[in-house]
Amino acid sequence: MRKILLPILIVAATLLIIARLFYLQILDDSYIKKSDNNAIKIKYEYPERGYIYDRNGKLLVANQPSYDIMVTPREMKDLDTLQLCELLNIDRDYFNKRLEKARVYSPRLPSVFLPQLSKKEFAAFQEKIRRFKGFDIVKRSLRDYQTTAGANVFGYIQQVNDAIIKRDHYYKSGDLIGRQGVEQMYEDVLRGTKGVKYVQKDRFNREIGSFKDGIYDTIAVQGKDITLSLDGELQKYGEALMFEKRGGIVAIEPRTGEILALVTAPSYDPALLVGRERSKNYTALYNDSISKPLYDRGLLAEYAPGSPFKILTGLVALQEEVIDENSTFVCHHGFSYGRGAFMRCHDSGTNRLHEGIYKSCNTYFGNAFRLTIDKYPKAEYGVAAWSSHLKSFGLGDFLGYDLPPGKKGLIPTPKFYKRFYPNGGWSGSTIISNSIGQGEVLMTPIQLANMMATVANKGYYFTPHMIKKIEGQQLDKKFTTKHVTTIDKQYFQPVIDGLFDVYNLGTASRLRVEGIEICGKTGTAENFMKIAGKRTQLDDHSIFVAFAPRDNPKIAIAVFVENGYWGARWAGPITSLMIEKYLKGNTDSQKAREEYIMTNGLKATYEKYLSGQPFLINQGR
Amino acid sequence: MKNQKVTNNMDWVTILLYAILVVMGWMTIYSASLPEQTTSLFDLSQIYGKQILFIIGSVPLIIVVLSIDAKIYDKYAFIFYGFALLLLAGLFVFGSSHKGQTNWYSFGGFSVQPSEFAKIATSLVLAKFLSDVQINLKNTNHQLIALGIIFLPVMLIMLQPDAGSAMIFMALMIVLYREGLPGWYLATGGIAIVLFILALLIKPAILVGLCLIIILIQYFITRRALRNPIISALALVAIAAFVFSVDYVFENVLEAHQKDRINVLFDKDVDMQSEGYNLNQSLIAIGSGGWFGKGYLEGTQTKGGFVPEQHTDYIFTTVGEEWGFAGAVLVIAVFITLLLRIVYLAERQKSKLSRTYGYCVASILFMHFFVNITMLIKLFPTVGVPLPFFSYGGSSLWAFTILLFIFIKMDANKVNEW
Repeated sequence: MRKILLPILIVAATLLIIARLFYLQILDDSYIKKSDNNAIKIKYEYPERGYIYDRNGKLLVANQPSYDIMVTPREMKDLDTLQLCELLNIDRDYFNKRLEKARVYSPRLPSVFLPQLSKKEFAAFQEKIRRFKGFDIVKRSLRDYQTTAGANVFGYIQQVNDAIIKRDHYYKSGDLIGRQGVEQMYEDVLRGTKGVKYVQKDRFNREIGSFKDGIYDTIAVQGKDITLSLDGELQKYGEALMFEKRGGIVAIEPRTGEILALVTAPSYDPALLVGRERSKNYTALYNDSISKPLYDRGLLAEYAPGSPFKILTGLVALQEEVIDENSTFVCHHGFSYGRGAFMRCHDSGTNRLHEGIYKSCNTYFGNAFRLTIDKYPKAEYGVAAWSSHLKSFGLGDFLGYDLPPGKKGLIPTPKFYKRFYPNGGWSGSTIISNSIGQGEVLMTPIQLANMMATVANKGYYFTPHMIKKIEGQQLDKKFTTKHVTTIDKQYFQPVIDGLFDVYNLGTASRLRVEGIEICGKTGTAENFMKIAGKRTQLDDHSIFVAFAPRDNPKIAIAVFVENGYWGARWAGPITSLMIEKYLKGNTDSQKAREEYIMTNGLKATYEKYLSGQPFLINQGR
Repeated sequence: MKNQKVTNNMDWVTILLYAILVVMGWMTIYSASLPEQTTSLFDLSQIYGKQILFIIGSVPLIIVVLSIDAKIYDKYAFIFYGFALLLLAGLFVFGSSHKGQTNWYSFGGFSVQPSEFAKIATSLVLAKFLSDVQINLKNTNHQLIALGIIFLPVMLIMLQPDAGSAMIFMALMIVLYREGLPGWYLATGGIAIVLFILALLIKPAILVGLCLIIILIQYFITRRALRNPIISALALVAIAAFVFSVDYVFENVLEAHQKDRINVLFDKDVDMQSEGYNLNQSLIAIGSGGWFGKGYLEGTQTKGGFVPEQHTDYIFTTVGEEWGFAGAVLVIAVFITLLLRIVYLAERQKSKLSRTYGYCVASILFMHFFVNITMLIKLFPTVGVPLPFFSYGGSSLWAFTILLFIFIKMDANKVNEW
């Protein structure tokens, strides 16, 4: 025993030590993290966000430098709070709140203390920054808008919130991310990639060199510039035309599916969402629940399409061969389609398809629709055929364009009606309102514009898109793939001829534009709102769809003016102006009209709904 | 046969292990003290440069130690011992203070720690005393003299105060036990240590209660003839007195920093930024090493200088961080091979003097190794003792070198003594 005590102690101690080392070095991995926190500092280098150009190469969105004051709570030392607050023009409350927030985020990582200082504010602080240990300045680039229009197209950039930081490890507190519009859609392209530098620190938190000679470091990759298909001038012009009106304008180049203008009204100046006032302005826009400036009506508003839908009714009937160019229907200010059921029409006489379109005859399309549905032994087969034709136009579903918000609209299917009429007993007559774009069908303005582009192309469309070119990158295939409708090409010509005569003989004869052959269709859609709990009918929506020129169309357009009464009243003139502006670059032939549209609106109309007083609708000339 | 060439009989295994430790030690010191701008290896303004000088300086020292007739150590042991005590006592007059401890002599830029050399002298004297044929450790007087030899320098060292160095001398108790000291000395010491730790962890009353139960069980399972109620009762009283005094000792006798170091060990509310800082950084450095470490010269904790005194008492943290678990086990393996080799050689000695001295060397080195490494990995309170042959410092390197090579000389000489 006396001989072996020391060897036993030595071996026992060794086993104890090795076991403990095994625990510390192998089993417990918390020390690795602690070590990194201790000794390695990660520094980011922020690349500049890519610029945004319009289709003509005009710069729309550039950058301006902005400076964030960051705080790393653990590194704060001997802080003169009073001086800091004075220098930054903040109060003690703000100081405490931000510091607490920063601590919660992480005591040893920098958090934003005061965002988006201007160059002048920054300069004053920079001189004294050395007195404030733990505070640091990070330069970022903010957007600098070269236009006041297109806020809904661009979207905006904002600081990432905690949810994003948790979801995507690329983003750290204070980083900027694109929200809405192309800023969100093309975030990855525009933002570039942050550069990361690992720096070895010593125990005084001084940087003593790069970690492992920088083998893990990455260089910042500049954001790429993007070119939009948007025409900056046209967009701005469209927004001006929507003076004191609500609604949307969507213009598409039929040949390519490129979106030329996407106007929502009312909108806002994109510059409002930049800088220190961003948050305040955003809240104000967000809380405006009446005119909803952040709501992109061109993409999100689902309206009953009204008369423009007759184009589709006609095309489907032709394709289903229930009518031909020469089929006629007799209209007596409407027609009766069932026991005591009568569809009214402003027209009378015997109409072929051609007249039906330019006169917008309800009787003609009501009959055509009924024949389409009733061609089949059961109404549900008819609806199935009808709805699949419509879906080939991209209706009743998301179009797949490159902007974040969207609505499907509604094209009823047999299933829909089976649920609606669980006991059956429905037929073409029951759902006849759909023939004239009332009933159940709903479309968004961009769907309407796309429908016109498809008609202009005589049967195909490209998914509408906002992107035209990304530096050094191919365009997404889905924007260059032709979508062909189920309607044969030959059936489009008679419809187009009808649409052309809308301007010559029909509802838009006063809206002609010198030297441009336009094909279009007016629309007027009834609509309702709940006022004080009661479903109340409001002034009709003024709708207009068109494309031009008739041969080799360059622009397809849909205009919606909420509660604008009839189609040719507001939407029609706006369409004419937009088309001339785009095709000629000026609107010299319609200066008086332009002047009127740009200075008159529907403020009084919108106000009367909120006045609490009873009101009359669809008044005026 | 007399005085044949010492090199022929030297134990080269021990010398090789010694050399490995010194070289690995220097490599880690180099990493731990590497400045931002690399300079020459022999840059004497750098810690690693000085250590090279100390290593080179130990070569003539080894030659001298090996050349001296081994009889000298026998003959002059008491003179060395007296000289060492004188040096320890002289510290109170001429010594220089560092962090509240007066344990250095400074000569210009060079300093010597006499307690390092007191270990050698004490070992020699102890060996000489025990090797006397008339000495029997069963004899109480002889026991007292042997303990006196150990505790005289311990008392002087405690007055400096340098608890770490004093603790090392406790290793010599193992030597006394090997040479015949009754087992209950060690048993009592062991029980006292266990009780001390338990008393800090659980309430004294509960602890005494537990001890009462154990003594009662022990009392009733012993054969009736061997039962001695008085001794059992006395043991209980002694335990109770000890346990209740632990609290008092802890609160009133121990210095604040000593209390902190014990509290840190038991995770009792300590601030990791102040009193817990050293241990925390040490754990982070070692714990972040993983299987194979961050690579030589690549330790982020080492580079950042987070571990204080890393080139001296905390040198093993660099091993742990840069060489990982594998490297740490390798270093430990070299260490215990050396220790076991010394024990093996000691047991082989024909003279009681060299056997006892060899045991002293092994015990002292073991105590250093154990205390130094366990304090870094939170198994032992932080006490400042260097890791033999590894830690930076001329005084400690040379003292350990002399300590070891006197034994190598004795071992090489065993043939001559026969």
